[in-house]
Amino acid sequence: MSGPVTRRALLAGGTATLVAAPWVARAQANTLRIGMQSILSGPIALLGTSSRNSLLIEQDRINAAGGFLGRQIEFVFRDSKGQPQEAARVARELVNTAGCELLVDAEASSASFAVQEVMRDLNVACIHTNSETSSLTADPKIRVPTAFRVARQGVHDAVAGSLYLADFANAKKINKWATCSPDYAYGRDTTAQYLQFFKKFKPDVEVVTEAWPKLGQPDFTEVITKLIQAKPQALFTLLYAGDLSAFVNQGNVYALFGQMTVATPNVDYPVLAAIKNLPAGIQSATRYLETFPDTPANKEWGQAYFKRWNERPTNWSWQNSVAMHFYEAAIKKANSLDGKAIAAALTGLKINSPFGADGTITMRDDHTTIGYAIGWGQTIPKDPFITDIKPADWGKIIELETEWKKQQNYS
Amino acid sequence: MDFNALGACFTTPACVVTQATSGLIVGMLLFLVAAGLTLIFGVLKIVNFAHGTFYMLGGYVAYSAYAETDSYALAVLAGAVAMALFGVLFERVLMSRVYGSNVLMQLLVCYAVVLIFDDIVKIVWGPEFRAMGMPAAFQVPPLFIAGGVVPPFYAVLIGIAALIAIVLSLGLSRTRLGKTVRAAAVNPQMVSALGVNTTVLFAIVFAIGGGLAGLAGALAGPVRSLSPGMGFSILIEGFIVTVIGGMGSIAGAMVAALVIGLVRGFGTIGFPGFTDGLIYIVMIGILVLRPQGLFGRPL
Repeated sequence: MSGPVTRRALLAGGTATLVAAPWVARAQANTLRIGMQSILSGPIALLGTSSRNSLLIEQDRINAAGGFLGRQIEFVFRDSKGQPQEAARVARELVNTAGCELLVDAEASSASFAVQEVMRDLNVACIHTNSETSSLTADPKIRVPTAFRVARQGVHDAVAGSLYLADFANAKKINKWATCSPDYAYGRDTTAQYLQFFKKFKPDVEVVTEAWPKLGQPDFTEVITKLIQAKPQALFTLLYAGDLSAFVNQGNVYALFGQMTVATPNVDYPVLAAIKNLPAGIQSATRYLETFPDTPANKEWGQAYFKRWNERPTNWSWQNSVAMHFYEAAIKKANSLDGKAIAAALTGLKINSPFGADGTITMRDDHTTIGYAIGWGQTIPKDPFITDIKPADWGKIIELETEWKKQQNYS
Repeated sequence: MDFNALGACFTTPACVVTQATSGLIVGMLLFLVAAGLTLIFGVLKIVNFAHGTFYMLGGYVAYSAYAETDSYALAVLAGAVAMALFGVLFERVLMSRVYGSNVLMQLLVCYAVVLIFDDIVKIVWGPEFRAMGMPAAFQVPPLFIAGGVVPPFYAVLIGIAALIAIVLSLGLSRTRLGKTVRAAAVNPQMVSALGVNTTVLFAIVFAIGGGLAGLAGALAGPVRSLSPGMGFSILIEGFIVTVIGGMGSIAGAMVAALVIGLVRGFGTIGFPGFTDGLIYIVMIGILVLRPQGLFGRPL
């Protein structure tokens, strides 16, 4: 029913608003704000967006379950464009201005190290969810008491991938390799780690050429022709997201994939979908696959994500989801939001997870996760995109990682 | 530096053909972008800092047109025509108001357009990268010439860009419109006094410049990922080509684009990891010897 607004109604409404206002304000103030920063524009944005999508699903789930310590949670998202100086500024702004009490740093390695330095001054807990460069947590000089990593780690992938590729290369009699990886910390460090382990398992490996395109480089023609000139039998690449898509599309023009075997740990669902003519037989790690681990819980999570966003999740999606699972468990354990208390609770924490190789993932004392599912197989141009998946041996990964840490004087 | 590899490449026909072709495709796409930049500067003395946006939007319009029609030719046409029209709009609504202003004002207007359209692209097409995919007609094995790899798609692109260069060159030198444009570049007041409608002329110049950038973005669609902000990197290289060639010179833009393309093509063999630096060294070297650029008028 509508009608003219009387003076009495207006006064009554105004009074009600004044009475209710403190409650409304208090309810809003009681919301727990969690800062999230990532690459939300540009060629890598699909990964940043998939991180955000995953966190929004977690926000709904956590709020439906009563929030953290009885407080509803709310994410504050920021786009750093992956630039270190912007990432550092945004991290401070999220805490000091936006009032965030927890941080999810969903940056790539290009910016996560800058965020890590900022964390030294901020007394809040932070989980890096996407940076895979090993030294972020492996190097004690870089480690920060309140900052953790819930993500794959380069050295883990390097061991797992090298073991698989060494077997593959021996079977196919392939020893002349080329590398092509993005020219920043992740690309350089992780390629070096792969080669170190690869040569350990297959001493006759020869790297005939290396290419280092810039992150977000629009044209890979010169890189592709250089690779063709070098005539390797196989190519190892750490390109990812839009860069990998462009590289494959441009490589197809040169029939690159007919001239050499390609191995990459970075094939994600949206990239597979975006590459219109995905070559068969690329040796690939499972970034995220509904079929690996082949469990109902993993499949259910992947399908729920698809139902909500009408696209499939990425490796960054599950990592961000697991970060929230860790926060949830740690806050419950610590019964506090204090950065140091959460840090103490997180250290050594083991949680059940659909993404664990054995159904669990552990946050190790060095602030990084172990036990997540890693496997390698080969691509096919249609669903499930990667077949014949061989799971990695975590015992071997940890053994060789320990050895590597000693070599680096990290332990 | 790997002079052995570079020397070996120059003595191997297969390597020369492959690297020269890759240099040509990079150079030709750069030329299309730089030609518009240099034309606009030559006539209007305006440095269009928003030129990369035309390239980006051309790519996105082509992407959508291709998704709708499944025709690469129509997609390329749509990208070029849309950006030609956008060029007119851009000139009439914005740039015409800052003619004669200092370069800082022009830069601010252009930069605002860049930021606005980067955000518009995010809203319309999303922040994630987009890939057009290779048209079926070009999903064919590459040609092998003297042992070198030449992708048919790139050969077609080089041909189209070369044709555009010829048409542009003849259009400017042989047609009435071209002569008027060249006259306006030298003395716009006199051209106006002779009864030529310079308002229309300037809009046409922006239409051609924008259309060329849009065409480059559309042509590159099948092999390059589209993402918001993608115009920036091509703009920088476009400026390098424009400066090396001589501000305002179409022929200079062509030669400079080929130089940059070939430096990229062979630089990646002889100077791995330093290709970008090499381009700037070439630019500095040319400008030290000829401050006005290869085909520019003396400063």
